[in-house]
Amino acid sequence: MNAILTIENYAKTFCLHERNKLIPSASHVNLSVYPGKLTALIGPTGAGKSSVLKGVYRTYLPSAGRMLFRTAAGEVVDLAQADEHRMLELRKSEIGFVTQFLHCLPRKSALDVVAEPLFARGVPTEEARGRAADLLAQLAVPSHLWNVPPATFSGGEKQRVNLARGLIAQPRLLLLDEPTASLDPATTERVVAHLETLKGSGIAMLAIFHHPDLVRRLADSVIELSPPVAIVEPEKEIA
Amino acid sequence: MSNKILSVRGLSRIHGEQCPLCIASTGPEHDTNICPHCGSVVAAHDVNFDLYRGEILGIIGESGSGKSSTVKTLYFDEAPTAGSATFYDGGAQHDMFALNAAQQRSMRNKRFGMVYQNPHLGLNFQISAGGNIAERLLMSDLKHYGEIRTRAGDLLVRTEVARARMDQNPKTFSGGMQQRVQIAKALATQPPLLFLDEVTTGLDLSVQAAILDLILEIQHELGTAMIVVTHDLGVIRLLAGRTLVMKHGRVIESGLTDQILEDPQHAYTQRLVASAL
Amino acid sequence: MNANYELPLEDAGYSFGFLDEYAKKEVRRCILKAISIPGYQTPYASREMPMGRGFGTGGLQLTLSLIGEDDTLKVIDQGSDDSVNAVNLRQFVQLTCPGVEVTEKTQEATLIQSRHRIPEKQLTEQQILVLQVPYPDALVVVEPSEARRKVMHGEADYSRLLVKLYEDVVRFDEITISHRYPTRINGHYVIDPSPIPRWDVPRLHQSPALVLLGAGREKKIYAVPPYTLAEPLVFDDIAFRVEDFRDANGKRIACRCCGSTVSFLDELIDDAGNVTHQCSDSAYCEEEQETISARKQA
Repeated sequence: MNAILTIENYAKTFCLHERNKLIPSASHVNLSVYPGKLTALIGPTGAGKSSVLKGVYRTYLPSAGRMLFRTAAGEVVDLAQADEHRMLELRKSEIGFVTQFLHCLPRKSALDVVAEPLFARGVPTEEARGRAADLLAQLAVPSHLWNVPPATFSGGEKQRVNLARGLIAQPRLLLLDEPTASLDPATTERVVAHLETLKGSGIAMLAIFHHPDLVRRLADSVIELSPPVAIVEPEKEIA
Repeated sequence: MSNKILSVRGLSRIHGEQCPLCIASTGPEHDTNICPHCGSVVAAHDVNFDLYRGEILGIIGESGSGKSSTVKTLYFDEAPTAGSATFYDGGAQHDMFALNAAQQRSMRNKRFGMVYQNPHLGLNFQISAGGNIAERLLMSDLKHYGEIRTRAGDLLVRTEVARARMDQNPKTFSGGMQQRVQIAKALATQPPLLFLDEVTTGLDLSVQAAILDLILEIQHELGTAMIVVTHDLGVIRLLAGRTLVMKHGRVIESGLTDQILEDPQHAYTQRLVASAL
Repeated sequence: MNANYELPLEDAGYSFGFLDEYAKKEVRRCILKAISIPGYQTPYASREMPMGRGFGTGGLQLTLSLIGEDDTLKVIDQGSDDSVNAVNLRQFVQLTCPGVEVTEKTQEATLIQSRHRIPEKQLTEQQILVLQVPYPDALVVVEPSEARRKVMHGEADYSRLLVKLYEDVVRFDEITISHRYPTRINGHYVIDPSPIPRWDVPRLHQSPALVLLGAGREKKIYAVPPYTLAEPLVFDDIAFRVEDFRDANGKRIACRCCGSTVSFLDELIDDAGNVTHQCSDSAYCEEEQETISARKQA
């Protein structure tokens, strides 16, 4: 089977100008993600797991390596080099990201926050809200919260809204950064079940889980990252 | 078909006589936009970007960075010193700075919209709120009084200004409401391209939030492409998909907005982001 | 003015028509330009005249540049041949243009200089109407900068004038401009047609006579050439309306002198506070009265 995403020698190093420091956050990352399969990233804190996901989503500009993504049209795009408009297009239609934290409009109802990716694709408002409601119900978000902005929600509720938002558009590649971090066991079970369904429908996933147990249950392959080596001092600027 | 609506190449705006050293001796690395040799102000130099249909592009920078100059040249408020801008409208493409004054005026009135930080620039305070919107409709050759009334009223309602206030002078309105009237006026001709210059600066936080919500709703409903000029990272984070960072007349960095915020490349942007958080 | 005074035309080196030939030539050239670009405010030199600016020096310079020995001149002010301004200007022309006939009858005149009115009687292709203009630019009410007004005229951008009309309708339910109604000539330039009432505006439209407008103080000449479009600025759904002389019962008020119900009327209030109406065009009114008395005698 053809990989949907192949990462070759990804590395990310932050250059902090103010402190004149280079901070490596990931290096020598190689992996592949396949349709209907989940690739899990494991490793200690600071190993660069999130850095990989953010690199794929281009929230980070990769410092080295290639990230070859096979689009629905069969084209291969190096996400490390892709033009910004292309990235925005792929984010809208093919690559989804569920982060640990909910970043959303502070004044929108939970329903609209979840439906937003569908709005962006031009799905009619009522249909989008309907699908958002279904998903929120599946993830056991109480219906009396649907019309309330998520800002006031508990951590677990926010996380479920966040998940729903990431899952609703059914992207071809889903990036998951500890999606169940603040969920109780029962809700975690619902999420796991939902992720299994999505996998079954052919969605490829690249994920970070804080529970080794979840990795065992969901991952089809596991990539272990180790922290990149020591901080490199850049050449001193000539005064 | 390309999705492009606007393509800007090598745009420059220099105030003053100019000398051969202007460009080489200004910019972020010289920490000034004033040429030390001739005193010319390099307000903006070599600005390049493409804007797509329905996209919101942010331009961020401090005062004097050239962000407003860039937008003013595109809105024909000021003539550029050099560079080109192509506006793609339907099947046609227009070399904006090659148009004559009448053509530019027509494009500005019918196809562009502008919302200024200072409502005095965007609104005529001698006439009613409805009259302000009527002016734009009249400029685009709608000469039917009844229809002008209906459209102006609908636009004000859409921007959450009560229809009952339509015949009042915007002088008597709050700052937030003046901005709403400006937005209604800018939208009157349903332009595919809207310029927003520091539209929330100086407003109360709650009012700012409501204006930003309105802008997003409009972008969602009408698919209007926008260029949002601001010094406020919060505005960029909320509105813009892509962002240009400007300093001393130069674009020092551009990228996806979340990347600019989480992985800024330029020292200035890193400082900017660090000081905001 | 001493009615017996004779201008020493030959001795003092004055030309026929007071202005020297070069001055007249310059005005005529500007008239030709104004006719060629209907409604365009053509700048001209505007000479010093032996009377104050504002007394009709713009109209007078046009008249003096156009008039010849075989012309017949009529001068009117607010419709009347006998008001001070008309009398003085007529005397000045008589003084400086020996041999020129003057008349009060509209149909006899080849050249008519007027302030604030167009004669009731239909003008012909053989006649020229000269209107005295205080403020030539219709845009001055919305744009103080002349440079910007010129651009607006050039681009035929009159949206801000229409905004003013819009505000009028919003506030008063109708357009309240009584005089100097902005009028679009030949589909492009909007002119200030001088302080004629709205009643007279439709008479500029497709007029067989050439209409010339002269502003002495503002140094501008503009023209409505014969058979040219002259359209008052309006909205598509709000028609232009002229003055409506009706009493409380909706009956058209008649002139108290000649009984005309088709002319522009002046409202007169006597010491007792009684309101009466009579024709603003005195020559027209007298002629009507003569026709009536002739009919009575016959």
